[in-house]
Amino acid sequence: MNLRKYIFRTLFSIAAILCSFVSFAEPVEMADQMRSNGKIYVVVAVCLVILIGLFLYVMNVDRKVRKLEKESKGH
Amino acid sequence: MQKSWWKILSFGLLIYTIVGGFLLDVPALPILHESIRNLYFHVCMWFAMMILFSISLVYSVKYLRGFNLRNDIFAYQFATVGSFLGILGYCTGIIWANYTWVSDQGQSLSGILKEPKLIGAAIALLIYGAYFVLRSSFTDIDKRARISAVYNIFAFAMLFPSIWIIPRMVGSLHPGGQGGAGGNPALNFKDVDSRLRMVFYPAVIGWTLLGVWITTLKIRIQLINDKALLHEPS
Repeated sequence: MNLRKYIFRTLFSIAAILCSFVSFAEPVEMADQMRSNGKIYVVVAVCLVILIGLFLYVMNVDRKVRKLEKESKGH
Repeated sequence: MQKSWWKILSFGLLIYTIVGGFLLDVPALPILHESIRNLYFHVCMWFAMMILFSISLVYSVKYLRGFNLRNDIFAYQFATVGSFLGILGYCTGIIWANYTWVSDQGQSLSGILKEPKLIGAAIALLIYGAYFVLRSSFTDIDKRARISAVYNIFAFAMLFPSIWIIPRMVGSLHPGGQGGAGGNPALNFKDVDSRLRMVFYPAVIGWTLLGVWITTLKIRIQLINDKALLHEPS
């Protein structure tokens, strides 16, 4: 248990040191690195899925309202 | 589904907003960093809210000119969706402020709470909140429509000073405040970077059209529900 904690702590501090190197390399850090890794496309894809889902939902509601309008016109 | 060109336009513009908004180049700014991309989302909520409230005002005036209950329904639903977008704008602003003003700029929380635009926007949203309270307190439909239409005009008149004028007369952390460039930075062509404008304006139109679409759905549902009240051959 103690050994595991020790390993975790070491790994974490190494990661923290690496992170600090990355962030001090440039005066203004932008997501360039993230984009070169291709990870920003993941965010774009997730947002697109949400947006498309939202639009499909609104379209569905629109269709239902249209149906109701037709029904109420028929009466 | 009622097919309209503007619904498709809204969809296309929002797809462009997300793809272009995340992937196109933005100016490198200290403190803001990549969060400047929030311009396409947070700021657009407020713009869409303003436009929907303006449409609501037009329908309130139209109601008062002819006392057609249909216009009252339009005014009410546009105000509802406008307020909803305003609340979304507020929530997104909270997140944005937390990671720029509070953590990176070292502002104290009390400094943020003194920010005049936050107070102004809260006042404006509360005034619109009172509009809904006022509406629901009437049982007489005509009286409700008439008084809430008058109140809506007052609410719109309060909206402008509280979110656009006063924050710019006193110091504000938002752009356009005293000590900054002044004026309206979002609409000033010299102020906003052209790379941002390429996505920002389509984003405003896209979000506004989505808001209008949702509003038309709500209006159509209420028109079906209130069919008996409207005395109209449908």
